[in-house]
Amino acid sequence: MGQPSWCSEATSYGRVARRLTRIKAADTRLSPLSGMLDRSAAPSVAKGEPLLRTSGLSKTYDMGELKVVALNQVDFSANAGEFIVILGPSGSGKSTFLNLIGGLDTATSGEAWFQDHQLTGAREAALTRYRRDHVGFVFQFYNLVPSLTARENVRLVTEIARNPMRPEEALDMVGLGTRMDHFPAQLSGGEQQRVAIARAIAKRPDLLLCDEPTGALDSKTGVVVLEALTRVNAELGTTTLVITHNVAIRAIADRVVNFADGGIASIQVNAQRMSASSVGW
Amino acid sequence: MHALHLKLLREMRRLWPQILAIALVMAAGVATLVIGVGTYQSLAQTRSAYYESHRFADIFATVTRAPRSLLTQIAAIDGVLEVDARIAKHALMDLETMTAPASALLVSIPRQGDVALNRIYLRSGRLPEVGNTFEAVASEVFADANGIREGSRLKLVINGALREVTITGIALSPDYIYAMAPGEVMPNEGGFGVLWVPERNLAAAYDLAGAFNSLSIKLLPGASEAAAIERLDRLLEAYGGQGAYGRERQTSHAYLDTELTQLRAMSQVLPPIFLLVAAFLVNMTLTRLIALEREQIGLLKALGYSSWAIAWHYIEFVLLIAILGTVIGFALGIWAGNQLALLYARFYSFPILIFSRDPALYVIAAFVTVAAAVAGAVRAASTAAWLPPAVAMLPPAPPHYRRLLKADIRRLFPEPRQTSVMVARHLLHWPWRTVGGVLGAASSVAILVGSLWTVGAMEFMIDYTFNKSDRQDATLNFVAPKPLSALYEVARLPGILVAEPFRVVGAEIGSGHVTRRLAISGRLPETRLTRLLDASSATVALPDSGLLITRPLAEVLNVGRGETVEVKLLEGRRNTALLPVAGVIEGYLGMAAYMDINALGTLMGESDLISGAAVSIDPASQDKLFSLLKESPSLGHLSLRSAALERFRETMAQNLFVMVGVLVALAGVIAFGIVYNFARISLSEQGREMASLRVLGFRKGEVAGLLLAEIGVVVLLAQPLGWLLGYGLAIAMVKGFSSELFSMPLVVGPEVYAYSSLVVVASALIAGLVVVRRVDRLDMIAVLKTRE
Ligand SMILES: Nc1ncnc2c1ncn2[C@@H]1O[C@H](COP(=O)(O)OP(=O)(O)OP(=O)(O)O)[C@@H](O)[C@H]1O
Ligand SMILES: [Mg+2]
Repeated sequence: MGQPSWCSEATSYGRVARRLTRIKAADTRLSPLSGMLDRSAAPSVAKGEPLLRTSGLSKTYDMGELKVVALNQVDFSANAGEFIVILGPSGSGKSTFLNLIGGLDTATSGEAWFQDHQLTGAREAALTRYRRDHVGFVFQFYNLVPSLTARENVRLVTEIARNPMRPEEALDMVGLGTRMDHFPAQLSGGEQQRVAIARAIAKRPDLLLCDEPTGALDSKTGVVVLEALTRVNAELGTTTLVITHNVAIRAIADRVVNFADGGIASIQVNAQRMSASSVGW
Repeated sequence: MHALHLKLLREMRRLWPQILAIALVMAAGVATLVIGVGTYQSLAQTRSAYYESHRFADIFATVTRAPRSLLTQIAAIDGVLEVDARIAKHALMDLETMTAPASALLVSIPRQGDVALNRIYLRSGRLPEVGNTFEAVASEVFADANGIREGSRLKLVINGALREVTITGIALSPDYIYAMAPGEVMPNEGGFGVLWVPERNLAAAYDLAGAFNSLSIKLLPGASEAAAIERLDRLLEAYGGQGAYGRERQTSHAYLDTELTQLRAMSQVLPPIFLLVAAFLVNMTLTRLIALEREQIGLLKALGYSSWAIAWHYIEFVLLIAILGTVIGFALGIWAGNQLALLYARFYSFPILIFSRDPALYVIAAFVTVAAAVAGAVRAASTAAWLPPAVAMLPPAPPHYRRLLKADIRRLFPEPRQTSVMVARHLLHWPWRTVGGVLGAASSVAILVGSLWTVGAMEFMIDYTFNKSDRQDATLNFVAPKPLSALYEVARLPGILVAEPFRVVGAEIGSGHVTRRLAISGRLPETRLTRLLDASSATVALPDSGLLITRPLAEVLNVGRGETVEVKLLEGRRNTALLPVAGVIEGYLGMAAYMDINALGTLMGESDLISGAAVSIDPASQDKLFSLLKESPSLGHLSLRSAALERFRETMAQNLFVMVGVLVALAGVIAFGIVYNFARISLSEQGREMASLRVLGFRKGEVAGLLLAEIGVVVLLAQPLGWLLGYGLAIAMVKGFSSELFSMPLVVGPEVYAYSSLVVVASALIAGLVVVRRVDRLDMIAVLKTRE
């Protein structure tokens, strides 16, 4: 309803294509995303090449009587190495969008592509692989494992990654080289968040998705965390998407995406990026 | 409805599988209590009522032949209340339903059935009347097994003459609740029966008019049994008295007693285990529930609910579980108790089996269960309730984890997987809970080892007794001792391959103050069929002189090899002698003594008499032999090994396997209950981390593996501990159940441990897999939105 005709066409085309891939997958005992997930088969994308693309991406929560449209027809693309800040009022669909492109959630309609492989419609196992091999997450509440030290939290991920950096290296990058053997409960919020970033980047992800990484932190600590993020972006070339409520942060991005009412209201490109240390709130 | 009650119901609905698992463990405790105590009470009450109403005697004695005039003297013995003298004779019986000859015990009843002691209970028909034709009343179990009814006719060899006996009724008596033929180890439902016949007929048949050979005595309350037995023995000595004995050595009574001991042991050991585990589960579950509801508790207190009201709220939660467990346990207990009672009714002949439902038992069971549940809850509930509201509303202090090993020790080992580290640290973070889980699972293993071993032990005993020790196909017991030449007669019978003679003489063997009456078996020094074995199943040679005694006898007399015992023969000239104990042999079926057949003859002052022969039979000529034996007038009682073995196994199968089956199920319930709750709580505590791991790209299987590994560690640690505890249980059982009639070999084979572990691991795995399905439903997105 209310969908442009090309969209439904695209969807049905997508479905056929998907079925075909699935048949092929059954042959080779691989999931539809497996080609992409094999690093040797998917050469690292050069800076500036498109990495992520969505078209008509929508998510509707069916609450019985009520249908909540969390995300409505989002067309978006991000290039390799870009640093993107997502802004928007509460409830505008930012997290929903991030979860969809991170392979944590499934869309109601529309498509999301990572390089030349489709995320929408992929199976659970393939999405897990996708997250495991390509995506790093950082969340507002850190989501560290309390029973593991900082180093061990990072090692948790490097153990299952294909081409990880050493945990110490990752922690050094976020400036935590001296607190590696502390448990999360022994670290401050900012330090915990930096452990989370180290954990997210240690596998050298293609995509780093951060949902309000500074949300629970004060300004000073927040800046340290942002510095870690920009550093990773600069040194590793990791495409980074950061959701924030903090308008001041927009200055450090290549592009700023403004969400409103479940869709992208506007996108602005920063001619010049500021360093994280120069922002403050 | 009260708001807190509403909350209670919601919680119960949400946590129903955990609640059910706990309730089932409680139910197992309640059920074992109801079955154990209930059946014990039923049997004990039924027995004592039956003994009372049918005047079961206190002292029993057998003589060769004594005149009735002696009875006045016996009645005059101090403490004797009543005397009952009968004629009791064994006879062979030809039954259409059996190829082998069956044996009957003919017991006289005076005219008009007017008996003083061991009165019979006539189930149907009428008492036999004196006449030209032999009439008899048959014992019920035997009659049922052979389809014998009023009007049935049986062919018996009575004192060497073939007689037809007409059955006029079916009856029971308190001295044959558990009816066993002489020389057998288990009751033989079809092959042995008691026939009550008019005294005049029996006296005429055996030429015992005015005489008796079997005596029962009832004592005045408080009278000394030992003193009465001593006086009695002196009186009966001249009449071939074989030694009077009390109830504890009366076969029927003693076997029933063993059963009662076992039941009591079961009801003392098992319910506490189940209830302890249940209390632990309650504690574990409630502690977690309260941790989750900490802020709610703070809020409730801030709203003005008192600490007591909150504590009571959680106690109510636990009470509901206890009530559920009790109700299920009652239902289970009543059902299983009835099944058990039916089983007992088959083996034990009671006029009626009262499955007593003493309300006190139910009250006690319910009370104990509730008490265990509340005991498990009290700590968790009180710490929560008395937390100041301000503290409660704050999130709990973050869990403080520790590294397990010092850095320099850690360096010695390869770096473990971080998921393994998570498992280890989580288990150690709650040491008492982990220990409780291990102990609980171990108790389940222990219950299994402690019950399954009996199957192997029984098999061992069968093998020991029938394949290693008594390897004859049949034993022929002559009616009276015969000269050795009778052996040639036996050997000439069709189908007899080997015949080994033996002599059996009643004797009193004593050392110090302890004496026991038993039969000394005289055997040839070299025997092929019957062998005397030590505990390691090696043959022990029969010495030229001196006795070989079985371990139980050696223990009772407290004598060992090389020591001497006093032997007083109870037959013939009643010679006495001091004999050396030449060796101690194993004896699972009670007390026995063996000596060289010639040495025994010399001791008796007789030459070359034998009491019977152990024979091996050619199966091809077996039928011919049996039909000849059935009609043979002078041969005694024949007991067949294969029949005995079959019956032994059958009895065992029914008695033991039912019990073991129930215990396996109950142990499974414990293992499931422990593991299920353990895993649910672990999932509840680590759900957030697990969802986070999923976000990081861990597969479902990898995350589930975390949970399974935790369960695996607990279950694995429980195995050796459970084996050890189970072995201890087996030792306790051997100690507790061994009587002078019967003792169990302590053999716990590796298969016992293997099966026990298998059952527990399987239950644990099922429980684990049920919980692991919840890993699939972990909500990755929700966990990102919220702080713990
Ligand atoms: N599980 C859900 N069920 C129903 N509605 C949901 C669910 N998750 C999100 N929504 C709705 O979808 C819309 C978008 O939510 P989303 O979390 O993406 O917002 P957001 O932009 O991240 O907001 P915030 O800045 O507050 O985090 C909201 O209106 C929200 O109520
Ligand atoms: Mg959000």
